Amino acid sequence: MPDTITLQVARYRPDTDAAPTMQEYVVPLRQEWAVLDGLNYIKDQLDGTLSFRWSCRMGICGSCGMTVDGDPALTCGTFLADYAPGPVRVEPLANFPVIRDLVVGIDDFMRKLPKVKPWLVREDEPGVADVEFLQTPPQLDEYQQYSMCINCMLCYAACPVYAIEPDFLGPAAIALAQRYNLDSRDQGAHQRMDVLATAEGVWACTYVGECTSACPKGVDPAGAIQRYKLTAATRTLRSFLPRGER
Amino acid sequence: MSELARESSMQRPHEAPTQRAVPAQVRPYRPRVSRFWWLRRRSYLLFVLRELSSVFVAWFVVYLLLLVDAVYQGPDPYRRFLEWSGRPWVLVLNMVALAFVLLHAITWFNLAPKAMVLRMQGRRVPARLVAAAHFAAWGVASGVVAWIVLGGL
Ligand code: SF4
Ligand code: FES
Repeated sequence: MPDTITLQVARYRPDTDAAPTMQEYVVPLRQEWAVLDGLNYIKDQLDGTLSFRWSCRMGICGSCGMTVDGDPALTCGTFLADYAPGPVRVEPLANFPVIRDLVVGIDDFMRKLPKVKPWLVREDEPGVADVEFLQTPPQLDEYQQYSMCINCMLCYAACPVYAIEPDFLGPAAIALAQRYNLDSRDQGAHQRMDVLATAEGVWACTYVGECTSACPKGVDPAGAIQRYKLTAATRTLRSFLPRGER
Repeated sequence: MSELARESSMQRPHEAPTQRAVPAQVRPYRPRVSRFWWLRRRSYLLFVLRELSSVFVAWFVVYLLLLVDAVYQGPDPYRRFLEWSGRPWVLVLNMVALAFVLLHAITWFNLAPKAMVLRMQGRRVPARLVAAAHFAAWGVASGVVAWIVLGGL
């Protein structure tokens, strides 16, 4: 293994640049170094002006998502050695406005997320402060996969539908809606339906499936969406039935 | 102002004239979607082909209606329809349509286990089994049709 590797990093300085440019840096190549370690080396040793987001370095905070050699990835979990001898291209996540260098704006997602009410909705009690809701392991199983989402936005970066149709609610928001819809303690499924069963909701999805391949947490947002399509379609069909038989 | 709030106020170009404090050039860069985005990945290409397949599915419906109409009109129009169907360009068109319809059907059945989560005795039925059941039903239906068409009845 060579002892250095070249990183081609996208730079965008909003005050001077009209569009991003690529800049090359040579960083040490170590077996245990992730792309994020390479970026931190640049920031600490070579060029303090490089901007990027990160926090946990362990695939939990979801802030270090970038495009590595064309694929959306968590840079803290993507290892430089896998790209040796390089060079490795590091660009901001696709489908989002670039604020500076590798930092993207995710306001669009932050606006959409609360629309699906990603919290436990209860209709029978006014508050949940001192109520205990019991749940069995099989009930937990129903939604646990969807609760693993870390809002890293890799699925949005991978989704061509989101690229073309920015109004699309998007994979993670729908997966999170399902996380609560399938929770035995939740009663808000019909409230979420108004947002989910729409042209900007699940019906915008044409099942490319790239969101699921990109997801670092095994959430399978594409599966969540297809599953909800069936739910929505069944509900619509049922609504044609006479009242007693629904 | 928090960083997020500032970003979002910069992202509304139509409000630019009222935002003198923010110079025009510090707006976020919005990458354009290339017209050939669907060539970038195999999965994107497959997806576009699958979308395109709906045109051919529609063509088969039209073709079937033309056939039914020809049969209804009597032996002569029916013979003319068969002759027309045997023309090279119609044959090629139908071959291409068949390929697309197969792509459509196969990807559709592969998707079925994603949409259907079945449980039997508390356990989730494996995805392969759900898909296999769909393919089996398809096979049986095709078999019955073939049997009828090839003179079983
Ligand atoms: S669904 Fe997966 S890829 Fe999408 S935001 Fe959540 S963790 Fe990230
Ligand atoms: S730094 Fe937290 S997920 Fe990578």
